[in-house]
Amino acid sequence: MAKILAVDDSASMRQMVSFTLKGAGHDVVEAVDGVDALAKAKGAKFDLVISDVNMPNMDGITLISELRALPAFKFTPMLMLTTESAGDKKQQGKAAGATGWIVKPFNPDQLLATIGKVL
Amino acid sequence: MTFDMSQFLVTFYEESFEGLDIMETELLALDVGEADLETINTIFRAAHSIKGGSGTFGLNDVANFTHVMETLLDEMRDGKRDVTQKAVNILLESVDVLREMLSSLQAEEDLDDVRISNVKQKLDNLLAGGSEETVTEEAPAEETATAGTDNSVTNSAKATPSGWVIDFKPNVDMLQTGNDPVRMLRELDALGDMVVTPDISQVPDFLMMEPENSCLSWVITLEGDIEKSAIEEVFDWVEDECELTITASTNSATAVNNEKIAEAEIISESIEPEPVKVATIEKVATAEPEPVAEATSASTSEKPAAAAKAKRKATTETSSIRVSIDKVDELINMVGELVITQSMLSQLGEDEDFGEEQIEKLKNGLMQLERNTREMQENVMRIRMLPISFVFQRFPRLVHDLSGKLDKKIELVLSGESTELDKTVMEKIGDPLVHLVRNSLDHGIEIPEDRLAAGKPETGEIHLNAFHEGGNIVIEITDDGAGLNLKKILSKARSSGIVSDNEKLTDEEIADLIFRPGFSTADVVSDVSGRGVGMDVVRRNIRALGGTVDVKTEAGKGSVFTIRLPLTLAILDGQSIVVGEEVYIVPLVAIIESIQVDSSLVNGVTGQAEVYRLRDEYIPIVKLCDVFNVKPLHDDIEDGLLVVVEAEGKKVALLVDDLLGQQQVVIKSLETNFKTVEGISGATILGDGTVALILDVSGLISISKKNASSNKKAATTSKAA
Repeated sequence: MAKILAVDDSASMRQMVSFTLKGAGHDVVEAVDGVDALAKAKGAKFDLVISDVNMPNMDGITLISELRALPAFKFTPMLMLTTESAGDKKQQGKAAGATGWIVKPFNPDQLLATIGKVL
Repeated sequence: MTFDMSQFLVTFYEESFEGLDIMETELLALDVGEADLETINTIFRAAHSIKGGSGTFGLNDVANFTHVMETLLDEMRDGKRDVTQKAVNILLESVDVLREMLSSLQAEEDLDDVRISNVKQKLDNLLAGGSEETVTEEAPAEETATAGTDNSVTNSAKATPSGWVIDFKPNVDMLQTGNDPVRMLRELDALGDMVVTPDISQVPDFLMMEPENSCLSWVITLEGDIEKSAIEEVFDWVEDECELTITASTNSATAVNNEKIAEAEIISESIEPEPVKVATIEKVATAEPEPVAEATSASTSEKPAAAAKAKRKATTETSSIRVSIDKVDELINMVGELVITQSMLSQLGEDEDFGEEQIEKLKNGLMQLERNTREMQENVMRIRMLPISFVFQRFPRLVHDLSGKLDKKIELVLSGESTELDKTVMEKIGDPLVHLVRNSLDHGIEIPEDRLAAGKPETGEIHLNAFHEGGNIVIEITDDGAGLNLKKILSKARSSGIVSDNEKLTDEEIADLIFRPGFSTADVVSDVSGRGVGMDVVRRNIRALGGTVDVKTEAGKGSVFTIRLPLTLAILDGQSIVVGEEVYIVPLVAIIESIQVDSSLVNGVTGQAEVYRLRDEYIPIVKLCDVFNVKPLHDDIEDGLLVVVEAEGKKVALLVDDLLGQQQVVIKSLETNFKTVEGISGATILGDGTVALILDVSGLISISKKNASSNKKAATTSKAA
């Protein structure tokens, strides 16, 4: 069982991700945007962060670089949920310290398979 | 793990509709030419969320459609494309189409394919027209890649069953992104028989060692029938963070295959982004938004089953409402207080010697209970309350569209959007409001030339304002147009016989004529368009909600339409009346006045029910004792009282025995437990526990009409006899 921080501004995606992860026995903390996630991450320890890229207030890429700067998140796997194939988002994400990405749309099985790579 | 994605659809629809509303609002706020980046970003995000969600939850038609919008918005966001009025209009239209698509999907109806493809075509054309580089270059490039690699990868995969040699040298800082080579080795191990030879030559002396650096590299041989893409996928995330070569084991692959693999590699490396993805081309097509045409065709065929499932689920949904956490918390708070009061009272009840002191405490407790109950009632009501912005939202679009159509310049100002209103009232007030706003646009605001000629600014202003006043919510629609043409209204009313020639009317009464049934506003107030809005319908609908509407106007300055609505339909301001032994409730809004009966003014018109002469009007008398078959307290009409009520522009006088107080009553539906009774709209429970019926004034008026006509019939037959 891992403790996972799931960040997405879309309630339905968040529900889906959270439901899937909880179904697989993980402990999930949800956050609605980067600011919320950062607040929840501070002072806590997570085994994995899954974050959407396009979000109001603070986007996923900023979130990842902010988290990466925290000692507790120095080596924590962080995955971006992205639909943007152009590559530049992925590159930006990598540059910010993202471990990898999950390409939307994905189904629960794909999600579990992907997080299996880093847990 | 498999489970039903449709369980998330409720949320998805809800947030998508919200997203569409946001898109619409922001699109309308967009300044063509110098668009605000944050606004475009907000629109983009909404489209992006809908696309992501619809793809995930199997609504591929929606995903494909949003994809094109998203691409367009992305280009605007990156500054590659100018924000033109045309683009904004097409995007607005797309928002409409999306809203229709989602509603149809939610209701399990068929999609309007013609309309969808029509608008999609417009979007495609727009895309193709603006930045040709993206479309024409990228799509074919991807296609070539598809053709080339697809072929060769399958070939090579088939012909190289024996294995691969992987040279894997992570960059020194690979661990910094949370990627651990051990995990990749573990994954490779799962693919086939793995032999790993580590290279420790780069590892520094123990004293020089940096624990955060990655200094090892590996040569890995994998045996088995493995596709190259599977291996590449393992390294997908780290391709920029390591040196990686993957070669087929020399002993097995033929020269031809090697060539093809090499070719595949060249092609796949030449295009951005990931070579890995090209091999699993189906996945790429659904996942990647960039190559428009291809993604569309490939993903439409996918997941039809999921879509079907989603449809089935939609029917089981009940209508829900979103309540802010604050309101729920407040309620919980209040329940807490209620519990405290209750326990205090029950403790008091257990007190053995019950004296004066206890009675004082009891009184205090009961007072507290009363306060708690009232507060709780208010708060429970507030749960059904939504900000009126839900209704106001649609107006910027309406004004935008209509002012374009009418060639007028109009600015819409909204205020008091956070004023809260009962959900049911909200749903029903939408149409009348649209009527009124449209009316102001159409008939109120003048065309720019006329405005300039009248010394007014070229741009007209329509102001929608909502606020609370007493127990009511007031909505004002103010325009700075020409105002109603009272002379024309009066002459029209005279000519159509609504007003008699010698009748003197105040300006207010003349303005009020536009709400009369049968009074057509077309060609009277304005000659601009032929659309005569039925103001009588507006007033009828608002009255049905227990509200009122009136108009104030000043020639040349504009008009103000004022709508007053009860905060909720569940509670009604009522006047208690007595007929015989029974108490009835008359809705306060319907009452015009209550008078003592002067029998000299009661006329029995031949063949008609009795009428009462009130000033210049003859008002039919409805004897409630007869209607409800109750024995009246007073036999003589002079001892009774007349309550003059109005509905749908008609007045009747209700004969009652006595008037009691005014009070707020909670409406209980009669139909749920009994059946519909003409003249009764519901029931309520009074303070003493007895049930009182609530009168339905328009029902009583139609009863009085029926009586009149049957009396007439009786009279004519008796005459004939």
